[in-house]
Amino acid sequence: MSGKLADWTSGAEAIVYQSCTACGAVQSFRRSFCAACGAPDPQERRASGIGTVYATSLVCRAATPETRAHVPYNMVLVDTAEGFRMMAHGENDLAIGDKVTARFAQFAGRVVPYFEKVR
Amino acid sequence: MSFITGVGLTSFGKHEGSSSLDLMSKAAELAISDAGVRRSEIDGILCGYSTVSSHIMLATVFAEHFGIRPSYAHAVQVGGATGLAMTMLAHHLVDAGVAKHVLVVGGENRLTGQSRDASIQALAQVGHPDYEVPLGPTIPAYYGLVASRYMHEYGVTEEDLAEFAVLMRKHALSHPGAQFHDPITVADVMASKPVAKPLKLLDCCPVSDGGAAFVISRERTGDIGVRIRGCAQAHTHQHVTAAPALSELGAEIAIAKAKAVSSVAISDVRYAAVYDSFTITLAMLLEDLGLAKRGEAAARVRAGHFNQDGEMPLNTHGGLLSYGHCGVGGAMAHLVETHLQMTGRAGNRQVRDASVALLHGDGGVLSSHVSMFLEQVR
Repeated sequence: MSGKLADWTSGAEAIVYQSCTACGAVQSFRRSFCAACGAPDPQERRASGIGTVYATSLVCRAATPETRAHVPYNMVLVDTAEGFRMMAHGENDLAIGDKVTARFAQFAGRVVPYFEKVR
Repeated sequence: MSFITGVGLTSFGKHEGSSSLDLMSKAAELAISDAGVRRSEIDGILCGYSTVSSHIMLATVFAEHFGIRPSYAHAVQVGGATGLAMTMLAHHLVDAGVAKHVLVVGGENRLTGQSRDASIQALAQVGHPDYEVPLGPTIPAYYGLVASRYMHEYGVTEEDLAEFAVLMRKHALSHPGAQFHDPITVADVMASKPVAKPLKLLDCCPVSDGGAAFVISRERTGDIGVRIRGCAQAHTHQHVTAAPALSELGAEIAIAKAKAVSSVAISDVRYAAVYDSFTITLAMLLEDLGLAKRGEAAARVRAGHFNQDGEMPLNTHGGLLSYGHCGVGGAMAHLVETHLQMTGRAGNRQVRDASVALLHGDGGVLSSHVSMFLEQVR
């Protein structure tokens, strides 16, 4: 059983993914098994935070008082260098295809990954 | 074999003081009366869900409230695809002899029963609880992400998307039950407030109160029968983060399977009823289903192709975008309108020929798909 690494979903400034020791598939949503082949105990790895913007949407209408304080904020889907896709925040002017790198930001009382353009 | 023997639809908008059960009952009464069957003949009930009054056994809650003791009953939950998924199940149930008349019902006081924030918040929970929801997304943001990518890959513009909102509003103007009765232009859509870019307010369906119901039966009861020719589903993912490439989405899989089981080609279709939660949803689905070439759906709107008098009349009641969206009942209105068209009862909205219809529903973020072909039987 490989160890569980802390990541942003539990308040740590890190992006973690899982890699299957049997088939090599990578996945970003944590599970106790590989969703591609079913093998147990995928290895947890820390991602580099480097990736490419796949999609963006600038949220201008939020639904809670906590999130409304941040409007507008940019939701992004990033294809990471490690081969998995993740949702995060990013600079408001990011465009599809931009090479990006992650830092971490506070959002509605939590730590979230925030992607900036590599300049 | 199965037939849609009756349909019922309330107006959408505000139904102050009506509960979800009230709206479901109203629609159910209309559908049963339309089918010409007695309440006691209804032996199956399928219902959707209500975000305002969630319950672990909504079908039996409804059955008791409505006064029916069915031999088959449960709720179905696949988001916006629920209405067609229930219809598909009802089709198989009557075809297999499990039930003779299945009542399919959806209704919700989503507009007046809770705050708009509560509706938006409830729907955002289709996102991943650990990896998406903490980022503060909304349903428009999930679809905004998809829209940005679709526009990037296929050269679709915001003005293109606006055409779908204008078309649905134009259709709603001729339906007294629609939530919106003021015409809009592409410029109005472009000038409306940004919600989740590239989507603006008028690219998004509203939140509504309303209800819809159908009766699915083994035998036809009217002069003109509306037969379910065939249907199919596809479910590729739940969360937008886990969605496949745009070229591998479920609509293409579902329609291919539906065509195969129905022996129907797109060229046979005379009327289309397609899920339109956002303008981008409608644009993508039309192209995924083969009702327009990739990136060319908006051009077909401009050319009048999807008008009431066009080659492929589409959502002539105004769709979710302008008739309104009350949850499960929202997309069921598409089937009600299709039934009225196929039985020649659409009044001032009547199209020339609705002998074969294609319906498509989408739930989640293009996650769950149901494609269905209906045919007129005289």
